[in-house]
Amino acid sequence: MIEPMDFLLWVRGSLFDVAVTVFVIGIIIRFFEILSLGRSKDLAEAKGTEFVPGIKTIITRTLPEQGTFKRQPLTIIAGYVFHVGLLVSLVLFIPHIELFRQTFGFGWPGLPNPIVDAAAVLGIVGLLAALWNRITNPVMKILTDNEDYLVWVLTFLPMITGYLAYHRMVNPYPLILGLHILSIELLMVFFPFTKLMHTFTLFLARWYNGAMSGRRGVES
Amino acid sequence: MTGATLERGINAFKEQINAPVAAFFSSCVSCGICAEACLFYTETGDPKYTPIRKLEPLRRVWEQEYTLVGKIKRLLGFEKPVTDELLEEWRELLYDSCTLCGRCSMVCPVGNDIAYMVRRAREGMVASGNSPVDVQAAAVRAVTIGSPMGIKLKALETQIRNIEADTGLTIPLDVEGADYMALLSSMEVINFPEYIESLARIFKQAGISWTLCSEAFEATNTGIQIGSTDIARELVQRAVDGAEKLRVKYVISPECGHAYTAIRWDGPNLIGRPYKFRVVHILELLDELRANGRIKTRNPTNQCMTFHDPCSIVRKGGVLESPRNLMALVNSNFVEMPDHGKWNWCCGGGGGVSANTDAEELRTQVFRRKKLQLEATGATKLVTACANCRLVIEEGLEAYNMELPIEGLTELVAQHLIEDEIPSGTQDSS
Ligand code: SF4
Ligand code: SF4
Repeated sequence: MIEPMDFLLWVRGSLFDVAVTVFVIGIIIRFFEILSLGRSKDLAEAKGTEFVPGIKTIITRTLPEQGTFKRQPLTIIAGYVFHVGLLVSLVLFIPHIELFRQTFGFGWPGLPNPIVDAAAVLGIVGLLAALWNRITNPVMKILTDNEDYLVWVLTFLPMITGYLAYHRMVNPYPLILGLHILSIELLMVFFPFTKLMHTFTLFLARWYNGAMSGRRGVES
Repeated sequence: MTGATLERGINAFKEQINAPVAAFFSSCVSCGICAEACLFYTETGDPKYTPIRKLEPLRRVWEQEYTLVGKIKRLLGFEKPVTDELLEEWRELLYDSCTLCGRCSMVCPVGNDIAYMVRRAREGMVASGNSPVDVQAAAVRAVTIGSPMGIKLKALETQIRNIEADTGLTIPLDVEGADYMALLSSMEVINFPEYIESLARIFKQAGISWTLCSEAFEATNTGIQIGSTDIARELVQRAVDGAEKLRVKYVISPECGHAYTAIRWDGPNLIGRPYKFRVVHILELLDELRANGRIKTRNPTNQCMTFHDPCSIVRKGGVLESPRNLMALVNSNFVEMPDHGKWNWCCGGGGGVSANTDAEELRTQVFRRKKLQLEATGATKLVTACANCRLVIEEGLEAYNMELPIEGLTELVAQHLIEDEIPSGTQDSS
């Protein structure tokens, strides 16, 4: 039996380095895989430009079209709630920022803990709602494969272990904190090779969509 | 279509995968939102019609060929292969239930341009012998006879003679050095020759030097609908050769939306070089003539009218304001449909669907969306700018026992045109 403290030190140390390395190299590989495929030059006379419409679409796609929202409110609301909850807990929780500051030498102001706590709860509820939606909504059901469940679990584990650790709900504390860190390492290792990659590639996708439309004088 | 094999199909899929396609597949989170934009899902409720799902064969090829994980999966024998059975099953999804309307591409939260990928996936379907027979036949007619509907030059000449005899107008044919060369869609030649007459009236009044070309009058491009670059290239090349032979400065795309896509956007990429002429959509040209005061109209009616935006000209070609400016010339009681402009819903017959008898029942079913849109306006006349949309909507209205006259916008403008009393037959040019 390993001691909780040893476990914590291990996940904090060499395992963390391994996870970060896989994460960074994996992302570089994925971007290379995509960009190396290239795109042939469009020879048709342009009606509009590419760059600005591309950037515009990156921003505007964050909001749903009204009719689509009315038809699928649960997907959209659950999507927003868990993404916002996740992001707030990840980047505005003071201990996370402190960790970042220790590693990289700079940080940013965080939010008071009770607010982050509420965001985390929303994030967890949003994720559960999204899962329920995935299981029951016929369109999502037909699209869903094992990878979708895998990425759900990978996203859920850091949230729930983080929540349990913050509220000291598991004893001993080093064990739950270690599990929290381990779950993040799992997330990082799988990240580049699963749909979690959308976090980064959606900027490419939106840009291509907006740019190709913009060239034709269409706002997309 | 000869020599089509699974292997060729897979190779074609591979060739069609570029950086945008890879970025799109990498970004999809299976959220299902694209389904809500697609009339084949909204009107049937059948999740199999979810837009991104239509791309499963292309997605599998992408994963296996162009991702590390896919290659590892393949080594370990976990991959989901692309088989003949899969492609056969997907024919309905990639052809019968997709009009390439591009509406899904506007709503995907991660920005996937799904219609762009469907167009590309069809190349693999053709190369593997899985395109629908009707569309194949139309493509063969287009190549051998010169038009997907099998219309020959003779038919056009007959229409020209009839129009000239009825109206005293001149329809110029093969005039070298004219400024503009007009292209037509076969449907206009056969079903709506009023379009040709309207062009003649308007251009005469505006003093435009124009011509038709006997070797290249057909603008529709079945190669693009079916997904065959080879056929598409051959058809575009004819129009390009015709225009360059007559040394025109401009080629006018007919109203027909996908003809516009073919000649305006895909053409130069198909033939591998920019044109020596410019391409303008007829509505853009008319709007320009209006803005320059070269055509004037009278007596706008106050009948309640609405306008159906053809997908390929509005959502994929950016012709959004022109039709509205032109409607204002002829009508003082114009109402928009809910979801108009770039959010308009497809008539259900674009992208080769109207030429595909396998799709007929489904097409009628999904027309319900258009019907609801039309009913919401209370309009007593529908105006559109695509002969294909027009025929599909006419059939749809009939199937739903709904009465609503439909007219083409170019014809409507011609009806309200103020014409100088120049003795007929005089070709003026200013
Ligand atoms: S809307 Fe976009 S991300 Fe969602 S399932 Fe469709 S293609 Fe995938
Ligand atoms: S292009 Fe139109 S018809 Fe095709 S999948 Fe998208 S929304 Fe449906």
